Amino acid sequence: MTAVDDKPTSTTSQIGVSRKRKEDRHLVTGRTTWVDNMILPGMVHLAILRSPMAHAKIASIDVSGARTAPGVLGAWSGRDFADVQGDLPCAWPVTPDMVNPGAPSLAVDQVNFAGDAVAVVAARTKGEAVDALEEIDVDYEPLPAVLDLEAALADGADLVHESAGTNKSYSWELDSAAAGSGGSVEDAARDAEVTVKRRFIQQRLSPGFMEPRSVVVQPADEAVTIWSSTQIPHILRTMLGLTLGIDEHKVRVVAPDVGGGFGGKITITPEEVIATLVARELGRPAKYTESRSESMSAAHHGRGQIQDLTITATRDGKVTGLDVHLIADMGAYLRLLTPGVPVLGAFMFPGIYKFPSYRFRCDGVFTTKVPTDAYRGAGRPEATFGIERIMDELAAELDMDPLELRRKNWITHEEFPFTTVAGLTYDSGNYEAATEKALELAGWEELKAEQARRRESNDPVQLGLGISTFTEMCGLAPSRVLGSLDYAAGGWESASVRVLPTGKVEVVTGISPHGQGHVTGFSQIVADRLGVPFEDVEIIHGDTQSSPKGLDTYGSRSLTVGGVAVVQAVDKVIEKARKIAAHMMEANEDDLEYADGKFSVAGAPSSSVPFGDIAFAVFSAHDLPEGMEPTLNSEATYDPGNFSFPHGTHLCAVEVDTETGHVAIRTYACVDDIGTPINPMLIDGQVHGGLAQGIAQALYEEAVYDDDGNLVTGSFVDYTLPTAADLPTFHTDRTVTPSTDNPLGVKGVGEAGTIASTPAVVNAVVDALRPLGINDITMPCTPERVWRAIQDHANGSEGAAR
Amino acid sequence: MTRISVQVDGVEYTDDVEPRTLLVHYLREQLGKTGTVVGCDTSNCGACTVHLDGSSVKSCTVLAVQADGQAVDTVEGLAKDGELHPMQQAFTDCHSLQCGYCTPGMIMASIDLLKDNPDPTEEEIRTGLEGNLCRCTGYQNIVRAVQQVAGSERS
Ligand code: FES
Ligand code: FES
Repeated sequence: MTAVDDKPTSTTSQIGVSRKRKEDRHLVTGRTTWVDNMILPGMVHLAILRSPMAHAKIASIDVSGARTAPGVLGAWSGRDFADVQGDLPCAWPVTPDMVNPGAPSLAVDQVNFAGDAVAVVAARTKGEAVDALEEIDVDYEPLPAVLDLEAALADGADLVHESAGTNKSYSWELDSAAAGSGGSVEDAARDAEVTVKRRFIQQRLSPGFMEPRSVVVQPADEAVTIWSSTQIPHILRTMLGLTLGIDEHKVRVVAPDVGGGFGGKITITPEEVIATLVARELGRPAKYTESRSESMSAAHHGRGQIQDLTITATRDGKVTGLDVHLIADMGAYLRLLTPGVPVLGAFMFPGIYKFPSYRFRCDGVFTTKVPTDAYRGAGRPEATFGIERIMDELAAELDMDPLELRRKNWITHEEFPFTTVAGLTYDSGNYEAATEKALELAGWEELKAEQARRRESNDPVQLGLGISTFTEMCGLAPSRVLGSLDYAAGGWESASVRVLPTGKVEVVTGISPHGQGHVTGFSQIVADRLGVPFEDVEIIHGDTQSSPKGLDTYGSRSLTVGGVAVVQAVDKVIEKARKIAAHMMEANEDDLEYADGKFSVAGAPSSSVPFGDIAFAVFSAHDLPEGMEPTLNSEATYDPGNFSFPHGTHLCAVEVDTETGHVAIRTYACVDDIGTPINPMLIDGQVHGGLAQGIAQALYEEAVYDDDGNLVTGSFVDYTLPTAADLPTFHTDRTVTPSTDNPLGVKGVGEAGTIASTPAVVNAVVDALRPLGINDITMPCTPERVWRAIQDHANGSEGAAR
Repeated sequence: MTRISVQVDGVEYTDDVEPRTLLVHYLREQLGKTGTVVGCDTSNCGACTVHLDGSSVKSCTVLAVQADGQAVDTVEGLAKDGELHPMQQAFTDCHSLQCGYCTPGMIMASIDLLKDNPDPTEEEIRTGLEGNLCRCTGYQNIVRAVQQVAGSERS
C-alpha cells in the first residue's frame, strides 16, 4: 500500500512553503547577541575552580590567596555559600521514595565528579580570574571512584553519597499485565517458540552545542536580571527564584541568541546559580562563560544506559513479548530531568509493533561522573535503538528478512488510532507508505544485489544494510499525562497576539528557540491564518518580561504545542475583529467571511473591510460596538489531549572494510512522516542535523572516563564530533499523515533524525559482519572496535565486541 | 604591552596589547567586534575563523601581535552597503545555518576555500571544511551554499 493521507491546501496558503528564515541576517553578518558578547558597566568576570578528582572529601579549602590576587574582587568556596545556595532542582521525582541526596552548585564537603565546582573567583578580567584560581588551596582526601553501573548496585559497593546509604536512586516499573494494557511477559516467556536476549550499551554523549554556556547576571536591589544561554528561560526564572529564595516577580530571565542546545541547555546549571550569588554579593553584574573543556566535563551528558532486552516470538515471526531491564546512569547528582529521561523511554520500547505483552524496569544509579540529563530525543533514542536492534537480532534468529519481520508486526494503516501495550494511543500513521517510499529512495533492491555480489566474491569491503522503522512521542504536554508520571510541571504552551494600530502583528510565544527557525515557522502560521503578509508579523520570545508565560523549547514541542497556541490566539483575534467588522459594515456577523485578510459579506465580495482598517478602528476607538474594549489583543494557552507521533523509515548502507575495520556510510535515505509540513526547508534542516547526531552516536562519539573517573574525552581533540568529511549527503523525503489531535496536523521533527538513525547505522554495520558470525558491535563502531570484533571472531570467540 | 597596528575590516587600529593576547580576544574584547566567536579551546572548531591578509586562520591560534601590520577581515566586514556577500547570501538561500554559532567561521572558511579552488567537487568542499565544526546542520546545506557560490562564480 502506498496511499498517503493528503491534507488539502489552499492556493494562497503559507503552509508548506519553504520561506527563507527571518532569523538569518544578523547571524550571517555577525551582529549577534550571544551572552558572551555582553558587556555591562561595572561587570566582573568569573572563573570556577573545578575538582580534578572524581570523588573526594574536601578536607580543607582556602581561597584567601585568590582574594589578594591582581584584579580580584572576591573569591568564595562552597562553604561560603553553604547556607544560601540551596540545591539545584530536580523536577521529576519519578517515584515517591526516590533517593535524591541534593545537588549543591558549589561543593561544600565533598566532590562527586571530576569537574564538580568547588570555588569561584570574580575579577576585573577573565584572565585575572583564571590566574587567581591558582592561588586557591584545596586539600582533597580521595574516595573510591564509582564508575561501573552494575558494581555500583552490588552489596557492599562503594557509595557515591555515603549519607544516602545506597547508590540506587530509584526503581521504576511498567508492566502491561499490571497496567491492563497487555499480557504478562512471564507467560510469553513460558510459551515462547523463540527467545532472543541481548545487552546493548548506550554510551554517554556530550551534547556538543557549539556555543559554550554563558551567563550574565545583573543585580538591582531585590531584583536580578539573568541573560543565559538556555533553552528554558521561563523554567529557569521559577526554579532560580525557588532555589535562591528570590521572589519570582523580581527575577527576569533573557535567552538572547542561543548557539544550540540539543537538551544540553535544558537544565538549571550550577553556573547560573553561582553567577547569581556572586553578582548579588558584589552588587555588580557578573559574567561566567565556560571553556570548551569545562563544557565537556561539567555540562551534563546524555544517554548512559545498560539495556538488557528479551524478545519472544513464534517461529513464524509474530512477536509475543518484550522484557526490558535498564540500568540508567544518573551521574553524581539529579539535575532537572535526570531521573525522568529513561522513564520517558519506557513508552517507546514497543515502537511501532503490536506486542501482546511488555515489561519495563529501570534502576537509576549514582556514579561519580557528571550528571546525565536530556539530550536530543531524551529516552526515546535509547528505546528506539533497543527495539530496532533486537528486531534485527530476532530476524537473524528466525532467518527472516528484517523488513519482513517488521511488516509482520507493525501496526497497519487501517488500525489507527491504536493503543499500544505501553498504554499510548497513536493517533495516525502509515508505516507502509513511508517504508515503500524509503526503499525506492535508497535504491534498496540494487543495494541488496550489490551486497550479495560482494559476499559471494569475498570482497574485503562488505556492504551492510540497516533498517530502522520508528515512531516517537512528541509535543510534551499533555500536562495530565506528565502529572501521572510525577513530572512537577505541566506541558501546555502559551501565545498572545498584539495587534498594532497599523495592522502589524506581534506574536508572543512561550517557546524559546535556539536555531530551529521558529520565528519563520510561526510567522508563516500567523500569516496564513490571519491573511496578513509574512513580513507584517514579528515573533517575540525568550524574555520573561516580554513573554511572561511559557514552558520553553524541548521535546519537539514547539510547533505541536506552541504553534497550536499561536493558532488559537490568532483565532480569538479574528473572532473579535469579526464583531467590529460587522459593526463597521452594518452587517450581521454571521454573514461575514474572513479570507485573505479581509472581511466581506458572503456572496458580495466587493464590499470588504481589511484587517488593517479594523486595527486602526480599534486604536482610534471612535466607533466600536457598545461596551467593547478597545483592543485586538488576545491570549491563549494550549494543552493538547495527546502526544503526537511522528514516524518514519530510515535505511542505511555502510561499507565496512574487514581489513581495517573502517566504516563508511554509502547511502542514507529516510522518509519521515511528521504530519503537515509547515516549512519544508526547515524540516530538511532539522532532519539533517538530527541524522548527524544520531550517526555520530553510532560511529564516532563517546564520553569516556578512565579507571580513576577522569574524563579522557575532555576536549574536541578527543571527543569526535563529525566533520563535513565524515558525513554523506542524505536523501530525505516525506509522507504526510496529519496528526488528528491538533488543528495544524503537525507532529514535530526536531528529534526524528537522531532517534531513527543510530539503530539504522548499527544494524547496517552488524549486517555487514553477520556472515562472519558477529552479532553486535558496541557503540561507537570505531575502526578499532570493528577490527577487534573481526579478529576476536577469527580467533574463535563468540558474540559481541566490547 | 606591545603596540600593534592592524587593519580590521578596512579600519586602521593602533593598540597596546599584552603579548599573550590572542587575535580573537583582541577582536572581541578590545575592538568590540563580537561577530567572531569562540567555540573551543583547542583550535578544533573553527568558529573563530577570520582572514589574515586574505587567507583564513583560526584567530584563536594567532597572537594579536602576529597580526601587526596586516589586514584582518571578519564576517562583520563582508556585507557592503547593506548588500550581503555572495557567500552570506548563499548561506541564507540554502538554509546553511540553524543556531548560527558556527556560521561566521564557516562563511570565512568557505570563502577562502573557493579562492584556492574555485570549482571544487563535493568531496573537496567537505574536506576543505574539515576544520570547522557545525553541530546543527549536518553540513549538507553548507556544502550546497559553497556549491551555489562556486556555480555563480563559474558562470
Ligand atoms: S575557537 Fe578557534 S578553533 Fe575553536
Ligand atoms: S548552525 Fe549551529 S553550530 Fe552550525
